[in-house]
Amino acid sequence: MSDKITQKDDLVVRFAGDSGDGMQLSGTLFSDASALTGNDIATFPDYPAEIRAPHNTIAGVSGYQVHVGNHIYSSGDKCDILVAMNPASFKSNLKWAKKGATVIVDVDTFTDEAMQKAGYTDNPFTDEFERDYAIIKAPITSFTERIGKEQGADKKVADRCRNMFALGIIFYMTHKTLDQTFAYLERKFAKKQEVVKLNKAVLTEGYEYADKLEVIHSKIVEVAHAQMPKGRYRNITGNVATAWGLLAASERSGRQLFLGSYPITPATDVMVELAKHKALGAKVFQAEDEIAGICSAIGASYAGALACTSTSGPGLSLKSEALGLAVMTELPLVVIDVQRGGPSTGLPTKTEQSDLNQALYGRNGEAPLIVVAASSSANCFYWAYNAAKLAIEHMTPVILLTDGYLGNGSQLFRIPKVADLPPITPRLAKPNDPNYRPFRRDPETFAREWALPGMEGLFHRVGGLEKCPDGPLSTDPENHALMCKNRQEKVDRVANYIPDQEVTGNPDGDLLVVGWGGTSGALTLAVEELNNEGKKVAYTHFNYICPLPKNTGDILRKYKKIVVCELNNGQFAGYLRTKFPECPMHQYNKIMGLPFEVGELKDCFTKILGE
Amino acid sequence: MVQRHFVPKADCEYTKADFQSDQMVKWCPGCGDHAILASLLNTFPKTGHKKENILMVSGIGCSSRIPYYVDTYGFHSIHGRACAIATGAKLANPALSVWVNMGDGDSMAIGGNHLIHAVRRNQDLNITIFNNEIYGLTKGQYSPTTKFGQITKTSPFGTIDYPFNPGELVMGAQGTFFARALDCVPNLTTDIMTRAALHDGTSVVEVLQNCMIFNDKAHAAISDRAVRDDRTIVLENGKPMIFGKERNRGLRFNGRCLEAVTIGENGITMDDIMIHDETTEDTGIHMMLARMSGDLPVALGVIRNVKKVSYSQLYEDQMDECRANGKYKCVDDLLNSGDTWEV
Repeated sequence: MSDKITQKDDLVVRFAGDSGDGMQLSGTLFSDASALTGNDIATFPDYPAEIRAPHNTIAGVSGYQVHVGNHIYSSGDKCDILVAMNPASFKSNLKWAKKGATVIVDVDTFTDEAMQKAGYTDNPFTDEFERDYAIIKAPITSFTERIGKEQGADKKVADRCRNMFALGIIFYMTHKTLDQTFAYLERKFAKKQEVVKLNKAVLTEGYEYADKLEVIHSKIVEVAHAQMPKGRYRNITGNVATAWGLLAASERSGRQLFLGSYPITPATDVMVELAKHKALGAKVFQAEDEIAGICSAIGASYAGALACTSTSGPGLSLKSEALGLAVMTELPLVVIDVQRGGPSTGLPTKTEQSDLNQALYGRNGEAPLIVVAASSSANCFYWAYNAAKLAIEHMTPVILLTDGYLGNGSQLFRIPKVADLPPITPRLAKPNDPNYRPFRRDPETFAREWALPGMEGLFHRVGGLEKCPDGPLSTDPENHALMCKNRQEKVDRVANYIPDQEVTGNPDGDLLVVGWGGTSGALTLAVEELNNEGKKVAYTHFNYICPLPKNTGDILRKYKKIVVCELNNGQFAGYLRTKFPECPMHQYNKIMGLPFEVGELKDCFTKILGE
Repeated sequence: MVQRHFVPKADCEYTKADFQSDQMVKWCPGCGDHAILASLLNTFPKTGHKKENILMVSGIGCSSRIPYYVDTYGFHSIHGRACAIATGAKLANPALSVWVNMGDGDSMAIGGNHLIHAVRRNQDLNITIFNNEIYGLTKGQYSPTTKFGQITKTSPFGTIDYPFNPGELVMGAQGTFFARALDCVPNLTTDIMTRAALHDGTSVVEVLQNCMIFNDKAHAAISDRAVRDDRTIVLENGKPMIFGKERNRGLRFNGRCLEAVTIGENGITMDDIMIHDETTEDTGIHMMLARMSGDLPVALGVIRNVKKVSYSQLYEDQMDECRANGKYKCVDDLLNSGDTWEV
């Protein structure tokens, strides 16, 4: 190995290939190995909706971006190293590479036919391209197939290991060892030793190929180790973190965990993860449709469970009527919406924040509920936990908004102790309480009591029809007005139990940047960089959406210039304007199915500051 | 596999009055629902289930008001979704005796998907379908069971929709229990409901019910006292399929289909009459019995009652097994599993 190693604060690597090429796995293995060797990480899978689109087409390209380094807020704008396993992935991903990036291609795949399929009429490696990028044309397929042949493996089996060759090159270039990945392979294929052997050999071959390549020696980087608070860490995706947060809330509240869901991209992994944990008491029910998903959860909630349903945009639309039922029956319910590009089927595998209005308003009648949003893959754990706490303690449905970027992306997670999490106290009714009334409220929270079938002496009925506080049906006009106001008041009063909104960056800034939900990584970095460059920018990021923290108005009124940034056409900005019409707001919106890039945010903020 | 009984038994004897609620019953006078309610109230004491553990779930429609009229736990939900809500409640707490009450529109139009999947899973739910072949609460539109050609408010020129037969639907969805009752024969309804409650798995009871206002006499051709004995047959397990005022009519399988024959005519003897076996797994004969109409008497009683491990039991067995063998005993174990490291 060369002795010339460049030290860097951070590095972005992007793996791109055909959707069967194992790019998600390469990316995961690289990020896991990086995390285990002390880097902070954030990842962003960018995959198509098709499971296996036609081979070698742009439609079938699957990507996975990994950002490693010291303080990592997001998966990074553009990459320093691009791996492209075929012409189509090269063509569609080059725009994500920085000028001067190292581009590694499997040169064996650049056949006339494959190039034509990708839409190339000429040689893509023009002089101009070769000036702008450091290209490494690695014979990945032929090397891999040779090793396969040596080991007596089928050509098809060998081809499936090509990603290991590429990964070997990346490990060499990032000055990392292969140990972590070896251990993974041994674990994963414990019963298929020939597969372990083949993968290890290909991985090693890639590593050694890089070692022999003179041009790579000047490209080796060592990424700074992260300075992180003491503790035990792991890598976690947002969807898994969400599932685990619910498990923790179930254990802490002593309530059976129930998830009624229907498969939908990109939320399915929440259900997939919870389905593994029957031993921890998680009851997962894969329903016949989205409606049955939420309805089974409502039934489970009535029976006393911490009941949840997970979905994405179109699924939330289907759940609207039942959400109204949960509002009306005042039962605790956690609805997780892993947002994706809409409307309708939209962009199933791409991220967006465009379900905010639906979460806030998407029901008939006066149907207030709590809306919160997670802002990083790791804090999906805490927001899922918090959503469960709010639902149980305030006897109301809660919508937790995450998104495809958070859900599929991964991050380092400092492992908490469940006992250190805030307590969750269910408002259970007392059996045989002669004063029990279905809609008797706590004078402070306005929450009703939870009386469970099976308890003695608390017979009552709930349902979608308006009731009076004592329980029976009522169509009395005054009663309806009272019940509507009480349900609203109950949600409004949640503001008394949540922390004040905080301002970061430079609180005395000339511009207040406002964000919510899954965009905090890019926004934090953009604000930090501008402040480092001498500009004055304040930043506030919302997780509590409805109700808003009590000091929200005080913060907004302090700044002459406000810009609300979100991955939709201005839904949060619109919401804030209805609450604080006195505050003029700029908007920065992106509806491309992609997360924010730091660069575009900085440009926008700089422009507003100059106006 | 040992069959488990999740619903606790009552430690006292109940009477019908124990289940009567203090709410005023607001169905139209003469509505078939009154009789069905009475049958149901008579059923609960017979099941021996603890009252606290009884949960009534309904959807939307006239019949779905029933939870208000029964002094148990109740959930009057939204249109079509009763099966889904009941499924969640029973899954969360298998100790509940869960009853689902729906009309024909509620269960087979807007809620058709939930019904067939509930039946397919064979979770321990007691489903009653009040079939009056019309939408009553919305005042007289045709339903999925309205007879072909019938004139209703939304079919002024006669329906051109072929109706569902609930029995066929249940058996097509691999149902393990299907029975049919008549609102005007309340004792039979109570007997059927009691057996349905004790069936381990999803039971579906179709009650042919009369809506006096919007579809009066929909079942009169078989239910009127004058014709009932000749136009219906009450099936009893292990007994010959005999019917008729004179008890001299019977059903015979002629190798191709069922036919109604008269004992003592054309050389027909009791030996030719089929014996009802509600327990055969194959749905063939049960399907034919459920479908009978026209020249054949409409089948009442328990048509199908087969043993199949219930979803409730499979689920709880799996939970117990996972708890016993699971790697993680608490969430902390899970959080610290796999690749973790100390900083």
